[in-house]
Amino acid sequence: MTKHEEIARHTIAVLVDNEAGVLARVIGLFSGRGYNIESLTVAEVDAAEQLSRITIVTSGTRMIIEQIKNQLRRLVPVHKVSDLTIEGPHVSRELALVKVAGTGDKRVESLRIAEIFRARPVDATNDSFVFEVVGATDKVDAFIKLMEPLGLVDVSRTGAVAIARGPNPI
Amino acid sequence: MTGAEILLKALVDQGVEVLFGYPGGAVLPIYDELFKQNRLKHVLVRHEQAAVHAAEGYARSTGKVGCVLVTSGPGATNTVTGLTDALCDSVPLVCFTGQVPTSLIGNDAFQEADITGITRPCTKHNYLVKDVNNLARTVHEAFHVARSGRPGPVLVDLPKDVVQAKGEYQGPSKLKSKYKPPVKGDIKAIEKAVDMIAHAKRPLFYVGGGVVNSGAAACQLLTQFVRMTGFPCTQTLMGLGGFPGSDPQSLGMLGMHGTYEANLAMHGCDLMINVGARFDDRVTGRLNAFAPNSKKIHIDIDPSSINKNVAVDLAVVGDAAHILEDMIKVWKARQARVDDKALKAWWSQIDQWRSRNCLHYENSNKLIKPQYAIQRLYELTKDRNPYICTEVGQHQMWAAQHFRFEQPNHWMTSGGLGTMGYGLPSAMGVQMAHPGALVIDIAGESSIQMNIQELATLAQHRLPVKVFILNNQYMGMVRQWQELIHGGRYSESHMHTHPDFVKLAEAFGAVGLRAEKPSEVDDLIKEMIAVDRPVVAELRTDASENCFPMIMPGMAHNEMVLGPEDRSVDKPGSEEDGMVLV
Repeated sequence: MTKHEEIARHTIAVLVDNEAGVLARVIGLFSGRGYNIESLTVAEVDAAEQLSRITIVTSGTRMIIEQIKNQLRRLVPVHKVSDLTIEGPHVSRELALVKVAGTGDKRVESLRIAEIFRARPVDATNDSFVFEVVGATDKVDAFIKLMEPLGLVDVSRTGAVAIARGPNPI
Repeated sequence: MTGAEILLKALVDQGVEVLFGYPGGAVLPIYDELFKQNRLKHVLVRHEQAAVHAAEGYARSTGKVGCVLVTSGPGATNTVTGLTDALCDSVPLVCFTGQVPTSLIGNDAFQEADITGITRPCTKHNYLVKDVNNLARTVHEAFHVARSGRPGPVLVDLPKDVVQAKGEYQGPSKLKSKYKPPVKGDIKAIEKAVDMIAHAKRPLFYVGGGVVNSGAAACQLLTQFVRMTGFPCTQTLMGLGGFPGSDPQSLGMLGMHGTYEANLAMHGCDLMINVGARFDDRVTGRLNAFAPNSKKIHIDIDPSSINKNVAVDLAVVGDAAHILEDMIKVWKARQARVDDKALKAWWSQIDQWRSRNCLHYENSNKLIKPQYAIQRLYELTKDRNPYICTEVGQHQMWAAQHFRFEQPNHWMTSGGLGTMGYGLPSAMGVQMAHPGALVIDIAGESSIQMNIQELATLAQHRLPVKVFILNNQYMGMVRQWQELIHGGRYSESHMHTHPDFVKLAEAFGAVGLRAEKPSEVDDLIKEMIAVDRPVVAELRTDASENCFPMIMPGMAHNEMVLGPEDRSVDKPGSEEDGMVLV
């Protein structure tokens, strides 16, 4: 093991029982063992089976990523852990709500750029827009960066959700 | 049935015989139910931490799940050290805590603590039962989780209204748990392991607590396989007793205070067969110099132990007993042979290391040397196959070095967490499980004071535990590090006043004994084991004795310090070359 080993970003999908405290267990594992969380999303995906799906974007060396997955599998309410980054191609999307305030040219320019990014205005006042933008994290980052000089005042992002391509479930 | 009745029925159905606990407001309905029955025994401890350690002692000496019952708030928070200890050492426990009624949860009610929140990182799993109809199922699942896979502590939080409400009972056979850790090892990996073993020139078995946890069958299979191969075998602190300590193939304990031969064999081996050990930092020393030229096979039930600290060449995940059984089958089916010539050369090298007699110490006829005290204790009690518990520190390491364990489940010590105050309550639990057996807590005068109140529990329950205190006036291991690493500045490691342990024993209703000269040691031990009552035996030992061999923090196995005259003490450890050890 060397500490100079390459650090890579991985997107990990985790299927868990939708019960009290399960998210705290997952987050506590990351903070307690000093792992990174770049983003984390969670919602129920199967009401009948009471299963939730957590998507975690994390980074680390190969050994650390292996540890993260094994530590997650060790939690009693965790049923499946899938490393989408290494288990084949996958689709990853994120939604952001981006508030831009301003008037005049900047306001027009923000609308023009929103169109390029297929971002929809979901709220408008005389001096502000809220855009909804969906895409890969890079695209959302790029959109927010472009909005900065145009009067960006607030951002709310979901974090990435991801799923493997092809016919098979997790 | 009420929740309290359901709980007790579930415990009986789970085979629980004894609870270690302490009552309080939130658990009064349960204690009321306990009063009305006689199936379950209850040991009334004097502090909740001791209840958990007692349950650990019970569990580790029997292989069964230990059981704890305490009240809400402070009763629950007092269990945290014990639960963490059990998590580190993989001890199966179920701890029931009282909780304020569900309607008051979150209200900062009297004796309310968010104990499932507090214990989330120090339990294998925990539950808050909100509906009496889930109670039986939850209790059964808690026991299932505690004992399955890598064992560990499970906490079940019981709001007072839930144990008072009426509900349905369901038996353990109806439990459908999704928690099913794998037991059998991958047969391809096992075949590959057999290949590697057959080709090894300088092999070594490295045996940890996982073998003991797996059970007597695993220890037997391990012993069989080690003898079939003729390979040397070293044990971790937790693995002592997993392989017979007096077997000629045993190199004794390895690691920071391990034997010269075990550590050098580890450093020089070309194949390491790790069975149920976890490459703990106290074992590996500096990681980048750990067994540098070896291939490593790692057998472990917990996949997260694989490649955690040390990258291995072959992992076999599963229960040690199953894997060893398959390994022996494959070995026999293939009529595999070891490399006899290479092995002979390897053994002659090991015997040379052995001849250094690394556990030697200069005995004295004036001062009791702690090593001498433990050697005499071993010689005078070994025929009675005693159960040995320890506290944490020098005495613990000397016990590990000088006591020999032929069987598993006879050695109870706090390994991973290093909890001073573990030994006495642990010994109570062992004695509860084995009423006629000789149970000894080897202690230091500092550690023993961390849970000394439990002498009252011994007296109340007539548990004839023997507390064998090596009194050197210091927190010995702290003093040793201060002497060797911190320039002899003994900052706060000396307790200027100690209780008179003989009078203290008598005050608690135990027998107090004392030895101050080496010539008194044998008589003290004989008297201690002859008395059928709890005994506190104090031995005034040489205060300046240090525990050797020692791998200094940040050093490697081949940089061991063998004794006070060994000058390699001065070499500083490096933080650049791998994990920093403390």
